[in-house]
Parts: sequence; structure tokens; C-alpha cells
Amino acid sequence: MENTQSILAAMALSFLLWSCGGTEESTEATTDTPAPKSMVAEVQDPMDNKGIGPVQSLELAAVDPTLADEGLHLFEEYCTACHKPDKKFIGPAPKGILDRRSPEWVMNMILNPEEMVQKDPIAKKLLVEANMAPMANQGLTEDQARKILEYFRTL
Amino acid sequence: MKNITGLMKLAAMMLLTLSWSCGNQGDANKSKGVMNSSSAAEKVYVAPGEHDEFYAMISGGFSGQLSVYGLPSGRLLKVIPVFSQDAEKSYGYNEETKPMLNTSFGFVPWDDAHHPELSQTDGTPDGRWVFINGNNTPRVARIDLSTFETTEILEIPNSGGNHSSPFTTENTEYIVAGTRFSVPFPQEDVPIDSYKENFKGSLSYIKADVPGEMDIAFQILVPGYDYDLAHSGKGKSHGWTFFTTYNTEKSHTLKEVNASQNDKDFIAAVNWKKAEEYIAQGKFKEMPTRYVHNYYDESTHMATSTKKDKVKVLIPEECPGLIYYLPTPKSPHGVDVDPTGEYIVGNGKLSADLTVHSFDKMLKAIENKAFEGEVDGIPILKFEDVMVGTVSSGGLGPLHTEFDGKGNAYTTFFISSEVVKWKVGTWEVLDRAPCYYSVGHLMIPGGDSKNPWGKYLVAMNKITKDRYLPTGPEMNHSAQLYDISGDKMELILDFPTIGEPHYAQGIAADKVKPRSKKIYALEENNHPHVVKKEKDVKVIREGNVVRVYMTSIRSHFAPDNIEGIQVGDQVYFHLTNLEQDWDTPHGLSIMGAQNAELLVMPGQTETMLWEPKEPGVYPFYCTDFCSALHQEMQGYVRVSKKGSDVPLKWSIGE
Repeated sequence: MENTQSILAAMALSFLLWSCGGTEESTEATTDTPAPKSMVAEVQDPMDNKGIGPVQSLELAAVDPTLADEGLHLFEEYCTACHKPDKKFIGPAPKGILDRRSPEWVMNMILNPEEMVQKDPIAKKLLVEANMAPMANQGLTEDQARKILEYFRTL
Repeated sequence: MKNITGLMKLAAMMLLTLSWSCGNQGDANKSKGVMNSSSAAEKVYVAPGEHDEFYAMISGGFSGQLSVYGLPSGRLLKVIPVFSQDAEKSYGYNEETKPMLNTSFGFVPWDDAHHPELSQTDGTPDGRWVFINGNNTPRVARIDLSTFETTEILEIPNSGGNHSSPFTTENTEYIVAGTRFSVPFPQEDVPIDSYKENFKGSLSYIKADVPGEMDIAFQILVPGYDYDLAHSGKGKSHGWTFFTTYNTEKSHTLKEVNASQNDKDFIAAVNWKKAEEYIAQGKFKEMPTRYVHNYYDESTHMATSTKKDKVKVLIPEECPGLIYYLPTPKSPHGVDVDPTGEYIVGNGKLSADLTVHSFDKMLKAIENKAFEGEVDGIPILKFEDVMVGTVSSGGLGPLHTEFDGKGNAYTTFFISSEVVKWKVGTWEVLDRAPCYYSVGHLMIPGGDSKNPWGKYLVAMNKITKDRYLPTGPEMNHSAQLYDISGDKMELILDFPTIGEPHYAQGIAADKVKPRSKKIYALEENNHPHVVKKEKDVKVIREGNVVRVYMTSIRSHFAPDNIEGIQVGDQVYFHLTNLEQDWDTPHGLSIMGAQNAELLVMPGQTETMLWEPKEPGVYPFYCTDFCSALHQEMQGYVRVSKKGSDVPLKWSIGE
């Protein structure tokens, strides 16, 4: 099982290297050999993982219903082709996501998916679980991602 | 006597051509033309992942398209469909772009593309648009350089062959269109041998500075010559355009001989600012005609065609000061204006020499009214009064000249197959370099503007022969890149081109690159059949018209199962690509479709018409490798017999 996983991870990594060969990340990525066991995520508490991207730190106050409503509309327009609110479709369901992930991680995954699936241990594992279906970068702004996060809090 | 001498000269030239072209068969190594291979290799080497310094927009000639290359590498970056259908990009096949190829003759899916011309601001290429003319069914097109897509095509009425086009004015106020083949104006059924009485030419000025509003501002009715090429003035000569003519003999048959009798033809100098005054004063005739304007709206992702039925025509006899003829030897082909706007170079294609006219001398001659004669109200200036110099290089068959911005000019010689470098002002020949083989046009980035980037020169050759691995009787044309930064021109690269490259334009990459779009914003998509959310996909029947409102994202279509289609239906697949990331197009093809695939860019909507002929279940799939699950990006349509009670339904994941 572990072997299968690491083979899959290696495949995922080589696919990523191939598909992103033209980006500035390529030099760095070639030196980044796959971890022999992709267990890094299990060592770290997922709630401490803020992911990689523009969002460094985020304090959540009480849910803002206006913000959440705007988030719902954005989610429907840009995300529902792959995510259903409460069941796995192409990608995972966002329901209860803040029990599993930090808010920063969620926003970084929305805003910076290419780098996340290359470097972030959780995102790398999720890519394998999603059968190599990549998280699409929908070109959203930080403000839009924040609204979507607020909507996730209402699920 | 003059004729005999002319014929003898022609025979001598032919003999020279023959002896020259046979020479190619000799020592292949000697004729390759590269002096120092390793230094040439260094000069054209653009490392993997690095970008070229210049864009080159190279005419696709009889392919009808425009190709985009990087210089100095010669990398082919894109082929932009313009006047011809392109199955690869669905241009002219999908419902959105079919109207782009409408004309007053109906749908015309091919043309002979000729001269690309970049838009200019203050006489310098500005990277907004590139225009190109279609010679066969007279048209001009605008290509938007933020998307590298054709966005506008205007038909030219009262024209038989749009060759001297599009050649912009200094601030893209106008692009021009002079008719290569004179025809009855307006068209009518007359004997061909009544050419001299009935045939006329037209010089059109096309308003070009507002996208979506390209239109004929006015036409000038001119004698029935062949109007060959053009360039507008710049700097001091801004406000004028110069058109070359041949066949001032007004011959209608065996032009090869009969259109080469006169020792001199004309360069027509048009004062278009004067024309604007006459238009403002109402001194035009409004003539009925028919032409079509097509515009692709980036917001709706759809093209529409508008029919037009009249045009404003200026008659030179009624508009003094509008146009003059400058006698110029030997059927001049290209007419090129130097960066200062002072020198007007006539490339007399059936002679050895170039004739250079002076703009200042021309103005003085006009002021002195010392005319040599007049044709249809157009004063003919005296040759000696306007000519300022002759470039006698010993080459044969000069066609086109471009400039390097450092006081030098470069002229192609078709018959002697070479580029000759000469000094503007002294007319002295500085250098010459052979071309392989039979060069037509040449291009220096910005080389017909006020501010050339005088680093490279591209020679576009008409004959390829042994330059590449052979590909049977038909070969791509060959282009050659020269380094012109030093005193001597140095051949540094060969590369093949598509169709026949009639002219090209080059521009520094940094003028275009920052404006290049990565996606179409989904929220700005106003296509009448767009679907922006997967939950809104649907299939609707209206009689035998079925509309499938479909979306794509890596890596599925929604819906991907469709039932209830019947034989005899017209099925329109309106596919919206929901992706909003750079370089994530999705294709769509369906078995038996009699048009082409769709290739839909992120945020765009395109439509394919499918008319199933037999009951059965037919697969459709994504044609552009989009992700690791691309092979899984497919679906099925069930087709039942006409009148079947299979209900219309659609789904995904059920």
C-alpha cells in the first residue's frame, strides 16, 4: 500500500513536472525528489498547515452572512463544475472543511493550486486521491476567495 | 524602336536569370551563403524557455492566413486564420466565426493574403493591431494583438483585386486599398476590349482607428491602370499617400508584353488631408454599391455581418490638388518612404535602377504648376522636377525597400536574387548579399516606419529548391534572416514560411507582450447561449432545432449523456469553457460532424452544428489534451429515428 502510494506520488510529481515545465518553478521542482514515504502530512497537524500562497494569517470572527451569500454565488459560478457542497464529486466536498484544514490553507488552495499540488504535502496527497484531476486555477482574487471561505463556514 | 530596345533588355535580363539560377546546381557548400556558422548559430540561439526579441507577422499569401514568428530564432509561434477557414481553430466553421467570411458574393472561405501592416502611433508601430489585405475578393482585415485573433473584415467595393493595401497612415487614421485590376466602375456587362473607355481604378481610404467601425471613408476614381503597392507619408509627408501604377498602357490582354511598353509609369501622390476637406465640403458623389462589413465582438464571442450599399466617391477633375502623378521608370512595384518622410523610392521592377523622388521637390513642382500633362484631371509632374536620385547598383529587378533608421536603405532585387544596401541621400551602394532564391519582399522590424529597429532583416524568397530536405514537388517558401547591425549584412538563418510570404511586419516583443491576454473573463462573456454554471446546463428542443448548452472543465463535459435526439435534427452544441486559467483550452468533436472540431479558449463560448444522419449512439470527446484525465473527457449522444418517443434528457454522473 505504501509502495503504491509512493509510486502514485512519484507519478503525480512527474506529471506535474511535465505539465508545468515552462514555469519558473521548474528548476526548483527538478531538485525536489519525491519523499520516499509521503507521510509528512501525518507528522504535522493539518490545522497547523497554512499552505503555500498569498494568505499568511487569517483570524476568523463570527460568520458574516452577506459575505457568505456573495461567496455562495462565486462558488456556484467558478467551483461547482468540480465541487458539490456536501459530497465528493471531482474534488472533495467543502462541508466541514474548517474542521480539517486551516482557513489560510483553504484560501491558498483556491488562489495558488499549481504550487500547492506540487509542494504542499496535503495537496499532493489530495491530487492522488482525486485520481490526478488537478485543482483548476480559476483566477479569483483574494477578496473572492475570502467570500467563498465564508460560505464554506455556513455549510 | 523603343520597344525593340525594351525587348532586348528583357531578353538580356532573362538570360542573366537563367545563368544565375543554373549556378545553384553547382557547389552546394559555396552557395549556402553562411560565412561563419558558429557565430551565426550564436546570433540566432534563443535558449529553451527564453523569448525572442521581436515578433514577425509574416503574410501567409495564398494560404489566406497570417503567421507569427519569433526573431531571431525563426520559431513559428502561431498561424492566425484570417481569410481562409481553419479546421484546427474552427475559424469559419463554428457558428460564431462563419460571418467573418461573408462578402457581397456570399460566403467566400479563401483569399490571397498579401501585406501585413502594424497599426502606428506617431509613425511608429504601437502593437495594437495588424492589418492585412485579401487580394482576390477585395478585403482588409484587422487582427487584434491582445488576442492574436481576426476581429474585423471589410470588403472593398469598386475594386478588382486589392493589392496596394493596407499601408497605414501615421496614426492609423486610415488604411488604404488601391485596386490592382481595374474593372468597370460600377460593375457592368461590357466588352473586355472596351477597357480604355469603361475600366477604372479606385483608391480607397478606410477608417481604421476604431475597432468595430472600420468603413470606407471615401474612394477616389482614377484612370484604369493597375495600382500595385503603396505607402503613406510620414513626418513632413504625413497627409499624403503614394501608390505605384503599372499598365498605364491600359492593356487588357497579354499584359506580360503589353503592359511593359511605356518607359515610365506613375507613382500617384494623394493628398488625403485635401480629400478630407472635399468630403467635409460635400464635394463627393454618393454611389450605390454593395459590400459587407464583418465584426467579431469579443464580449459576445460572435461575429456579425452588415451589408452596406453606398460609398462616397471623389472625382479628381472636380477636386483640384487631390492627386498628382509622378513619372517613374519601368513599372514600379514597391513604393517606400524613408523614415524622415522626404524620400519616396520607386522600385522599377523591369529595370536595374531605383528612382528616388523628393517630397520637397514634389511640393515645389506642384506650387510652380509646371505640369507635363494631365490624365482625367490628374496633373502629371515633370520627372526632372521631382526626381532627386538614382540608385544604380548593377542588380536587376528591384522590388521593395526598407530602412534601418541609421541612414541606410535595403532593396530586394528579384532577378539578380540579392539584397542591396545603399546610403540614403548619396545613393551609393554599400553592400550586397545573395538570397536563396529569388527574393520578393523584405522586412526590417519597423522598417517602413519612422523608427526602425535596424538589427535584423528578413528576406522572403519565392523559390526554395534545395534549401531544405526535399518534400516532393511542393515546398514551403524560404525566408532568410540577416544580421544588419554591422557594415556588412550577414546571413544567419534560413526558415520555412507558410503559403507565400508577401511582406511582413516586425515589432519589438515588449510592445506586444504586456498586452497579450491569457484568458477571456467568464463574467464578461455575453454570448447569447453562454452557460456560466454547470448546474444551468440544459438541452432545449424548438421543432427540429436542438440546443445543447454545455460546459467544459478539466476533465469533463456537462452534460455528458444526452438522449432524445432524432435523425433530421439540427443540433447546436453551445460549449462554454469554464476554465479561467492560462492555456487551458478544451476541444469538442463529434462523430460524423461535417464541419470541424471546436477549440474553445478559457471563458469563451463556441457553437458546433451537428446533423445526425442515422439512429445510434455517437461519442463526442475533447480534442485538446487538457489533463491527466483528458482521455476520460468524453460523452455520448443517443440518436433515435424521426418521431421517436425517447424523451429528451441529459445528465452527468448519473
